[in-house]
Amino acid sequence: MKYIDEYRDAKIARALLAALERNATRPWVLMEICGGQTHTLMRYGIDTLIPDRIELVHGPGCPVCVTPLEVVDKAIQIASRPDVIFVSYGDMLRVPGSSSDLLRVKASGGDVRIAYSPMEAVKIARANPERRVVFFGIGFETTAPANAMAVFEAKREGLRNFSMLVSHVLVPPAIRLLLESPANRVQGFIAPGHVCTVMGYWEYEALSRQYKVPIVVGGFEPVDLIEAIGMLVAQLEEGRAEAENQYVRSVSFAGNRPAQKVLGDVFEVTDRKWRGIGVIPQSGFRLRPEFAEHDAERIFGLADTAVEEPAECISAQVLQGLKKPVDCPAFGVRCTPENPLGAPMVSAEGACAAYYQYRRDTVKTS
Amino acid sequence: MCLAVPGKIVSVEEILGNRVGRIQFGGITREALLDLVPEAAVGDYVMVHVGFAISRVDEAEAARTYEVLAQMGMLEEDP
Repeated sequence: MKYIDEYRDAKIARALLAALERNATRPWVLMEICGGQTHTLMRYGIDTLIPDRIELVHGPGCPVCVTPLEVVDKAIQIASRPDVIFVSYGDMLRVPGSSSDLLRVKASGGDVRIAYSPMEAVKIARANPERRVVFFGIGFETTAPANAMAVFEAKREGLRNFSMLVSHVLVPPAIRLLLESPANRVQGFIAPGHVCTVMGYWEYEALSRQYKVPIVVGGFEPVDLIEAIGMLVAQLEEGRAEAENQYVRSVSFAGNRPAQKVLGDVFEVTDRKWRGIGVIPQSGFRLRPEFAEHDAERIFGLADTAVEEPAECISAQVLQGLKKPVDCPAFGVRCTPENPLGAPMVSAEGACAAYYQYRRDTVKTS
Repeated sequence: MCLAVPGKIVSVEEILGNRVGRIQFGGITREALLDLVPEAAVGDYVMVHVGFAISRVDEAEAARTYEVLAQMGMLEEDP
């Protein structure tokens, strides 16, 4: 497929790796923010092909992983109601809440459906006017415009039976939190290419300047990621700290203006709790008051309940790049994709699931 | 979750006030909404995420940067 195959070309990858081997003279710690990129790095073994002196740590960019337990519990409560059709991206179904998950709600008779696009939920609402259709609106800036369009469309059509449980999060406040942590070891970031497709990378230029840290917007294919790593190492070796764009075929400095417009029309920025991390100020979206009649949280009047994560799960450290999945004593033993303790083992983008899929033979699980 | 896949627009039509494109991904064709990429037309490549095109692939920029990479790959082969 065009724009995919050529970025999996082994010859180009080898040339980029050889250049990296020559250029990296010192040890550097780099973080890829996005879970999709973590997955590519593991799948192609890029972490084992780059020079040993470059360490890759994995960031919090897995929306399924950072959706807080309280919100998963709310989703489960709503989905359990007999008058509700609950529609979700597939990844969320097996994420453990404090006592159940959406898949179990479905198994015990709840009408829980998987959708590829939020517009499918709008279609379901149109076809079932007597039922309440609730879409689980999670994701980063990449997904937010699509979810915003669905709410916008429901309001335009007067589909009063459609609502959204919104738990949207934003990448730049999370990078800021990581950089301000005394435990931070990350010296350069690969910024998420599809988030920046929507938002542009001017926010990352500001972060790079403020914290004097190199940031390179990267794509998702192996050649993209090796090139982005090479660009970060070049900056670090030369003592530069700039925001650069490797993923030029999709990302512009200003981003997608129509997408940003619909985001501004439908959502407003709010504090959000991140699973495993805690509340990050101004780090997410909620619906604007004009869309209150489509706000599931308001309609169903669910109060926040304090819930605890399983004590054994180290996802908090994993999501902040402080520990690797294989540092967890439960990894592959008491925590597997079939029986996950924490969300990073569930989502295909979670660092724990990526290690389980591609690296479990290299660690002892006894 | 933030996965987006490049595909080629093969046709465009208006459905219920939305601009809907048929997008070809290798051998598969699927519908995607084009409302967020008003500049995209038949023949263009777009990145598609959860049923929405979120960018038009900049062909000139992609060709230019790929050329640099491809040349690097060729050079590496020479002894």
